[in-house]
Amino acid sequence: MNIKQRFGWMLIGACIAIPAPGGEVPVKLAPGEHAALVQSRCSICHSLDYVVMDSRFLSRTAWEGEVRKMMKVMGAPVAESEVASIVDYLTENYGIK
Amino acid sequence: MPNRRSFLRTVAGGVALAATGLVERARADLPQGALESAIRDSLPGKQPLIKRSYRPPNYESPVDAFSDVITPNDRFFVRWHLSNIPRIDAGSWRLAVGGDGTESGFELSLEALKRDFEPVELVAVCQCAGNRRGLSDPHVPGVEWGYGAMGNARWRGVRLRDILARAQLKKEAVEIAFSGGDRGPLDATPVFAKSIPAWKALDENTLVAYEMNGAPLPHWNGFPARVVVPGWTATYWMKQVNSIRALSQPLSSFWMNTAYRIPKGKFPVIDRFTSQESDTTTPITEILVNSLITDIADGGRFPSGQSMGVRGIAWDGGYGIGDVEVSIDEGRSWQRAELGENYGRYSFRSWEHRFVPQTAGHMTVMARASNARGTSQPFELIFNAPGYHNNVVQKIAIEIV
Repeated sequence: MNIKQRFGWMLIGACIAIPAPGGEVPVKLAPGEHAALVQSRCSICHSLDYVVMDSRFLSRTAWEGEVRKMMKVMGAPVAESEVASIVDYLTENYGIK
Repeated sequence: MPNRRSFLRTVAGGVALAATGLVERARADLPQGALESAIRDSLPGKQPLIKRSYRPPNYESPVDAFSDVITPNDRFFVRWHLSNIPRIDAGSWRLAVGGDGTESGFELSLEALKRDFEPVELVAVCQCAGNRRGLSDPHVPGVEWGYGAMGNARWRGVRLRDILARAQLKKEAVEIAFSGGDRGPLDATPVFAKSIPAWKALDENTLVAYEMNGAPLPHWNGFPARVVVPGWTATYWMKQVNSIRALSQPLSSFWMNTAYRIPKGKFPVIDRFTSQESDTTTPITEILVNSLITDIADGGRFPSGQSMGVRGIAWDGGYGIGDVEVSIDEGRSWQRAELGENYGRYSFRSWEHRFVPQTAGHMTVMARASNARGTSQPFELIFNAPGYHNNVVQKIAIEIV
């Protein structure tokens, strides 16, 4: 497939893409400092049941690894200055100390 | 001795517990957060499944979906990496075939795919590499699957090797790469792309399938066409496949270089994917021999002195099931179960063992499958950080009354 064809396919994909199955119910995260930040950044790409599902067994280091993977690999728009707050929240509410 | 009425009540109680208890058993071993966030939920066109995540949709089949050897389409598990999943129009869908490992690329419509190549059918297990990840001890991050990130279907399609033959595969081709229709919500998110070794792509059983159990593929399982790689884990079974490329160099992407890899030498796998191996890790390849008890569950109560049965399924990476043994005495002795109809070496194989429990008290029921190579399920988890290849022998605790 050449570049033009591939671009054409991406356009077709973009036009008929639907964002999510109809049944998604917003997942409410535990209240806490930085909950709104976590919600706004993480829910761009995935429902927040991913956070709840992976609890509670990750250390602060492990949660930071997850956040950095999302930034580095998946392109999550998280500023370096936000990382500590997000990891604090995840460790406090969904991790182990 | 119980009279007839109390006996029936006991049996009914055992059956009721069996119907609900197996899912509970799986849940008991899942992370607490996975217990809390899982609900029964229906995607459009699907029966209620166990929702692990809404977006992208990851839905698991409940254990009772495996009481038949063939998993119904509307109960078949759903697993996506990226959340923008287009509704594909069969008329405008095209499959692009090419790459630097072919002489001449071309495009196929769905109609041409069905018309131009010989149709083939086979029954094969599609099992997520991370099936049972939620049961890992210690727990590891990822989708926290219980027992049901798998299904067994009759696939109809065409041989991948026939498609590649038309493109005139060059001898330099080392891998065949696939991509599908799903996209991340951000441009920065890498497209899901996978490859398999050329030798596996040329296996007569590797298909591009357009039907599942006699019907078009469900949207959630890859309509209008997906790759079927019998014996290998589902990560290679590209859904909504729209590109097949033969490559003279190994595919380089997060999904090959980082994800879906296992430590080298730790598991009893035969198939190697040498072009993608590193010093320490290798891509996951074939499914390990495994079994699932489907009709009794923890806490089930059964009368002593009465014949009872335990039933289930067994499968492996395509060598075929040799035998399934059942123990009712903590593993001290094992009896061979009776195998059901053979749907082929890539399929679930049903089995049943009947016995008469003699004395009242606790009983541990275990099933252990071996494949035709003589490889059996382990009693201890072979721990690995991504949580793949969990085929530990199940232990079901029941009461004989």
